[in-house]
Amino acid sequence: MSIQVWTFIIVGITFALYIGIAVWARVGSTSDFYVAGGRVHPLANGLATAADWMSAASFISMAGLIAFLGYDGSVYLMGWTGGYVLLALLLAPYLRKFGKFTVPDFVGDRYYSSTARVVAILCAVFISFTYVAGQMRGVGIVFSRFLDVGINQGVIIGMIIVFFYAVLGGMKGITYTQVAQYCVLIFAYLVPVIFVSILMTGNPIPQIGFGGTLADEPSVYLLDRLDGLMTDLGFTPYTDGTKLPIDVFFITAALMVGTAGLPHVIIRFFTVPKVKDARISAGYALIFIVLLYSTAPAVAAFVKTNLINDIDKVEYSEAPQWFHNWEATGLLQYEDSNDDGLIQYHSDPSINELSIDPDIMVLASPEIADLPNWVVGLVAAGGLAAALSTAAGLLLVLATAIAHDLLKRTFIPTMREKTELIAARVTVFFTVLIAGYFGVNPPGFVAQTVAFAFGLAASSFFPVILMGIFFKRMNKEGAIAGMAAGITFTAAYIIYFTFINPELNSAENWLFGISPEGIGTLGMILNFIVALTVMKFTKEPPQDIQDMVEDIRIPRRLMASDKEENPKED
Amino acid sequence: MRNERNRYNLGVDRGRNCSNKYCSVHTMNDKAKEYWKKHLTLLAILLTIWFIVSFGFGILFVDQLNAFRLGGFKLGFWFAQQGSQYVFVILIFVYVYKMNKLDKEFEFDEE
Repeated sequence: MSIQVWTFIIVGITFALYIGIAVWARVGSTSDFYVAGGRVHPLANGLATAADWMSAASFISMAGLIAFLGYDGSVYLMGWTGGYVLLALLLAPYLRKFGKFTVPDFVGDRYYSSTARVVAILCAVFISFTYVAGQMRGVGIVFSRFLDVGINQGVIIGMIIVFFYAVLGGMKGITYTQVAQYCVLIFAYLVPVIFVSILMTGNPIPQIGFGGTLADEPSVYLLDRLDGLMTDLGFTPYTDGTKLPIDVFFITAALMVGTAGLPHVIIRFFTVPKVKDARISAGYALIFIVLLYSTAPAVAAFVKTNLINDIDKVEYSEAPQWFHNWEATGLLQYEDSNDDGLIQYHSDPSINELSIDPDIMVLASPEIADLPNWVVGLVAAGGLAAALSTAAGLLLVLATAIAHDLLKRTFIPTMREKTELIAARVTVFFTVLIAGYFGVNPPGFVAQTVAFAFGLAASSFFPVILMGIFFKRMNKEGAIAGMAAGITFTAAYIIYFTFINPELNSAENWLFGISPEGIGTLGMILNFIVALTVMKFTKEPPQDIQDMVEDIRIPRRLMASDKEENPKED
Repeated sequence: MRNERNRYNLGVDRGRNCSNKYCSVHTMNDKAKEYWKKHLTLLAILLTIWFIVSFGFGILFVDQLNAFRLGGFKLGFWFAQQGSQYVFVILIFVYVYKMNKLDKEFEFDEE
């Protein structure tokens, strides 16, 4: 059977599964809609968190990025996993004890201030929209290459599926479809790379294989060979970096802290029954994430080696079939500038004749390694699962931010639960439409704004939540001033280098050699300094807030009155 | 002073039968302070390890570690792309285990 038939069958089955779960998981209350009633098993929450977190970028783009960045790609690997240690140790358990539904809920209540709540809502909305746009582009890429339906129809099909289970099932529907999506995406990621690992190194475990020797030359280590190939083509060796160490440090820190501060990740820990469950489910989530993240650098090294071997100095007319398939999408381009009929790949732009979009590396890897057609179909379904699961999680954050935090908590506190549920569903409807619009007309700045999302989360949410838990004395003046300073500084730096003066965006102009991707770390430090200074000169928070902080530090409920305050416990 | 101490000891016993706000406020406070202190020590240890394996081995000392090898991997490169992730997972599970024990010891675990 052809690739396309396989892809239709596999994608069709997975989509039917998602819809089936959506119908089964219909909900009737706001608590079910926002946090799945707080009754999700920690293992299920771990799976859902992993799918929620691993987006089209992790599945489709990351290994490709690492293949091109070599050692420098480590910032993504450490940054996007190390954040879970911070989340598990410093945020998730206490936020679960706090109860309630959202991050702005916590910020608003802890700092007894509507201003703080509104700032938090704006950050949550901005971060989530940035992300959703990227997911929809991922859906479009997969559809256009594998299903031949055009990017626009692809995005619309994706929208209908997400719409269906997000509107019907809210968090409950999203949680259980995410569990299914994790299984699809991890299976799709691991199957081809295990094949490739056996072919190239004779070892079925890619994590070990890529540190092993080549199957056809048992005396040569794969990474040494790759370093050699790269040096021959004029690049830095694969296992060495080109970024400044300070920049690698700051980018890694910004990604870690940003991960811990992303609202769609935090909100998942509100769905488990107990504090204990929040801790362990962060552990489960990280296992499931590391399963993919420790495989990605192996994929990167395998594909890069294969790619150079297959096409460098090969006659264009003899190039493998996958080369022409991807040329047709425009994501791979070849221009024979010296008219010798050979494909040349080189670090020197005047010799190089090949441009490769890193996004194709994972999607093309089964074809590059000449794997069976069904594997290619599986990878397409995996890419869609990754994009759809993350999109759904983000849409829910947007819906809660607008229906719950903005309408109910800020403007119309008297709103009844039924009305709020309708408002939440209507919000999901409109956010799906807007996300779809971005998928059809992707804004040119998606890539740059991802740095924005992490920078903002790192410089706003993370410090403000951390201080809310660990500094009882932190008051609203300090928190608001800190958030404002952190966000303003980070946003200004990123906007300056990516939109106003992109031509100055190089190491010699950066502050201390820190790129816009890593500036969130400095924004976070600034947030802490400003918050602590302002706190010193303003009065301490009211007694009931200080009592609340004491209370969230302890798993057991000590106050009898807790029960009444907490609508989802009954 | 002695009086305080007595109340604290008594409080531990009384804690078993009392889980509402009518417990002695002082007793709860002392116990909670002690619990929080132990908790913070645990966090400090785990986060130090977290920092060393990623920022230390993977970034700041990567060149020095690259002089050693682990099979086909240069050691610093391995920590940056593999090892740090495995340590992160272990850290969370150690935290969960230690905290569950601490919760039980102080009777702060959820019924």
